[in-house]
Amino acid sequence: MSIEVNGKILETDKEGYLTDLSLWEPMVAEAMAKADKQELTSEHWEVINFLREFYAEFAMAPAVRILTRAIGKKLGKEKGNARYLYNLFPYGPGKQACRYAGLPKPSGCM
Amino acid sequence: MIKKCLYVNRRAPYGTSYALEAIDVVLIGSAFDQDISLLFIDDGVFQLKSDQDTTGIEMKNFSSAYSAFEMYDVEKLYVSKEAMTARGLKKRDLVVDVEVLSDNAIKDLMDEHDVIFSF
Amino acid sequence: MSILHTVNKSPFEKNNLESCLRYVKSGSAVLLIEDGIYAALKNTCFEKEMATAMKEVNFYCLAPDMKARGFSESKIMDGIKMVDYAGFVDLTIEYDKVQAWL
Repeated sequence: MSIEVNGKILETDKEGYLTDLSLWEPMVAEAMAKADKQELTSEHWEVINFLREFYAEFAMAPAVRILTRAIGKKLGKEKGNARYLYNLFPYGPGKQACRYAGLPKPSGCM
Repeated sequence: MIKKCLYVNRRAPYGTSYALEAIDVVLIGSAFDQDISLLFIDDGVFQLKSDQDTTGIEMKNFSSAYSAFEMYDVEKLYVSKEAMTARGLKKRDLVVDVEVLSDNAIKDLMDEHDVIFSF
Repeated sequence: MSILHTVNKSPFEKNNLESCLRYVKSGSAVLLIEDGIYAALKNTCFEKEMATAMKEVNFYCLAPDMKARGFSESKIMDGIKMVDYAGFVDLTIEYDKVQAWL
């Protein structure tokens, strides 16, 4: 599988995650969201950027329950809950947001 | 019922995939609300060495994942004193805080657990 | 004829290093790569054995494998030279043949 971003073809795995994480740029998230008919607001970007920072620090994508807790600590309680995050990313905050952020599928996620 | 699970790590990182697979299994296992402990013996203590830099061998550096264990409520990490000594390692050489146990104490640690996973 | 011996397993787990040291001739070289680099560390239980072997044999250690495992040059025994991948290639040319202890 692959995705086209700015005229470049980027390879993805069968679930749509980038195979080469170093090729990520914000346009990749935009292109993936467009394919899902999902609009990206600043609230979405807040989560995507958080995930990228988390990955840079711990070399892994967090499972949803870990993401929820960590977002609550960093961005406030009203955002650190499953309802808020599932509203933003209906396919699952772990899986969908990680995919947009150019991360692999979350560790500790079934 | 909550079971006491012990994950035993005895391989060096990178040369084989045991260490990376153990991390994946521990993180998945942490979702089941079990009482988890990790034990590093033999070459497993090398997994926790600080300052790993894998750019030269073009592999993923997974040593920072050990620092994320706490978030997954995996807080009990034990290392063998004898394994560290044989390899010239000190507690300050490690990337995370651990409890150093003698091999004798580790016998009891293994006895105390309901399930043992080996890597 | 001099041989370049390569050892890629941890001496704490496998006996590759010991076999290699048993058969290595004076004037030959041993290159430690992958998990074999652990044999180069200071203050291990292999330090004495290594020091004895180093009197007659040239020891090298692959730097990218050391760095990946978290060890800098200051952590390896004096007398062991660090090489990069290009240095590895040079060694294979410098010696007549390669014996890989797998």
